[in-house]
Amino acid sequence: MSKITLIIKREYLTRVKKKSFIIMTIIGPILMAALMIVPAWVSQLEDQDNKTIAIIDQTKAVSLAIENTQYLKFERLENKSLDDVKKDFKTSGYYAVLFIPENITSAPSGVQLFSNKQPNLGVKMHISNALEKELESEKLKASGIDENILKAVKTNVNISTFKWTDEGVEEESSTELTMAVGFIAGFMIYLFIFLYGAQVMRGVIEEKTSRIVEVIISSVRPFQLMMGKIVGVAMVGLTQFLLWIILTFVIVTVVQTVFFDINPANIQQEVVAQDLFTGSSSQLSEIQPVMDENASEIQGMLSTLKNIDFAVMIGMFLFYFLGGYLLYSSLFAAIGGAVDNEADTQQFMLPISAPLIVAFIVGQNVVNNPDGAVSFWFSIIPFTSPVVMMIRIPFGVPFWEIALSAVLLVLTFIGTTWLAGKIYRTGILMYGKKITYKELWKWLRYSS
Amino acid sequence: MNLFEAHNVVKKYANHLALDNVSINVPKGSIFGLLGPNGAGKTTLIRIINQITAPDSGDIFFNGEKLKSHHVEQIGYLPEERGLYKKMKVGEQALYLAQLKGLSKKDALKKLKYWFEKFEIQAWWDKKVEELSKGMQQKVQFIVTILHEPKLLIFDEPFSGFDPINTNLLKQEILYLREQGATIIFSTHNMSSVEEVCDNIALINKSKKILDGSVHDIRNQFKGNTLEIQFKGKPNLLEATLTPDYEIVENNFANDITNIKIKLLREIKTNNLISHVLPFGEIISFREMLPSMNDIFIRAVEETNEIDNKKQIL
Repeated sequence: MSKITLIIKREYLTRVKKKSFIIMTIIGPILMAALMIVPAWVSQLEDQDNKTIAIIDQTKAVSLAIENTQYLKFERLENKSLDDVKKDFKTSGYYAVLFIPENITSAPSGVQLFSNKQPNLGVKMHISNALEKELESEKLKASGIDENILKAVKTNVNISTFKWTDEGVEEESSTELTMAVGFIAGFMIYLFIFLYGAQVMRGVIEEKTSRIVEVIISSVRPFQLMMGKIVGVAMVGLTQFLLWIILTFVIVTVVQTVFFDINPANIQQEVVAQDLFTGSSSQLSEIQPVMDENASEIQGMLSTLKNIDFAVMIGMFLFYFLGGYLLYSSLFAAIGGAVDNEADTQQFMLPISAPLIVAFIVGQNVVNNPDGAVSFWFSIIPFTSPVVMMIRIPFGVPFWEIALSAVLLVLTFIGTTWLAGKIYRTGILMYGKKITYKELWKWLRYSS
Repeated sequence: MNLFEAHNVVKKYANHLALDNVSINVPKGSIFGLLGPNGAGKTTLIRIINQITAPDSGDIFFNGEKLKSHHVEQIGYLPEERGLYKKMKVGEQALYLAQLKGLSKKDALKKLKYWFEKFEIQAWWDKKVEELSKGMQQKVQFIVTILHEPKLLIFDEPFSGFDPINTNLLKQEILYLREQGATIIFSTHNMSSVEEVCDNIALINKSKKILDGSVHDIRNQFKGNTLEIQFKGKPNLLEATLTPDYEIVENNFANDITNIKIKLLREIKTNNLISHVLPFGEIISFREMLPSMNDIFIRAVEETNEIDNKKQIL
């Protein structure tokens, strides 16, 4: 086994075996899955207790609009006063008492709901929706407007976006989804560079402060040690990333099938069914505008997902992740080599973090204007391109721009690695010296 | 035959000269003491041998060949500032460092087993380094240094941090390694250990080599023609009879025994001195005084410093 492989192996294994890595790897997907599942779960949470609500309706008419549901029953009490019901409330077994005043049309906030516990939101919404609808239609009637006309007037504009490919094929796309995919990818790169760049730096400092570095570089060249560490940590990052994706997917699938009984295959079937349905009869979609709207939106997203070339996305992600990571982590390694302890890293961290942070801030504007001059330049400059270009890619970037940015990135990381190697080589054997930029400049000019 | 040779090595750092035209020859199978005050340039020379840094000019030969990167596998280096990965397990770490020196995993395991048994530290194998005491860590590091059976061993202050028992153990191991054919470069400030173990030395001061040769020759070279005589009897009578060819350096009388140190001011047979002393009492011991390495070190360094100072004044 070559020496650099040995180093990579050690760097990789010691990190992957660490408790913190294992915990992060497990907690990450749980958090991500929770973000996806919890809202769905909450929305599914339905009250399953049977509740009966007494209604005292002084108008005698409005309350008829409130319909019973599976678990919610309403009883109109014709001859009782509110005080009577309140008095007997404990023994009556009602969940709540609804009071509708006579002048509800003019004073809709006079509706009151009494209960000995806080009535839940679902109940409240059910009642208020029903009353609102009823009152609205009554008001419409009073002013002489036909309800059907109103329905016919209601319009919902939903723009479908299409993207031309070079071959002139039109592809349906969803702007929101494209933005999300690009932004998440860019953000991941930003996060990973910081996270794992810092790990490289800490690793170097550890070797330096524990003084093992001198033993090791009497066996291997400093550059091998530095590169071994950088590559080893990169593999840790990729491993974590891969595990996150797999675990998130597994958790989401398991939770969905177990708790919601939604089979991914079923969803697909449904979508396909909708597809056929909306495609075959266009007049039907007019009759059911709401359904069609949802369907076309989902359809748009799905076809966008289909149209984003995931092989290209993943390939690009890996390229820009590795390129950006190599560029920055070599600089992080140089810092680690130059200082004696982590507290001294501050002054050198700023110039390295700044471009990365700028890239991230620019990235937020890039999603709004992926082809502007700012987007272009920041996706070409190697220090910001890994984040910015990644955000642009789902929107479609001309090949020559990607090629230019990729070549520049590769050249730059070769350059920074070379420079970092020089600083690192001198720095790791230097103790107790206050390191200034002037000093670093001197080190760069040492022969070897 | 020299295992290691350095010819006219020069190494410059930005604002100072670390090595100024230094040449050393380390004979095969010998223990070579690399001596000098702090900051003299010893560490720089050791780093050049380990190819951690390269000299600006000068030639370096290992076993008759120009020093190349593959030679690192035949060199074992124990730096003055020791260190191991604190969070790594002892066995794992020893295995890793051995493999970095080019041993196969199988060989490394076999050898580690031998040495761990020899030093009776098998129980440490699965412990983390940070759980060991400093002395224990040094033992582990010593094993790691010699494990790949290098032709050349470089020990920088090997005894620092060891108790007398372990120092002795280590000394025995070092002498044993020489017996086995290893060549050893030994950098230390502990001059008594130099007298005990070194065959040859080089003394470096202010980036220049100021003295080298075998320990025996150097001590003879520095001897001041001084003799130490112990005899029963009073010294005052002797003093009066000595001719001006002698100078009494030190004169002690205690418990009826005189201990006197006499310097010969010109070439005189020692027998003549004995005949002078004989009438005054029973001679218990008579020996030529060799300067200790400690004295030589101090004298040599101070002499060159004085010369330097004079140069600066001029």
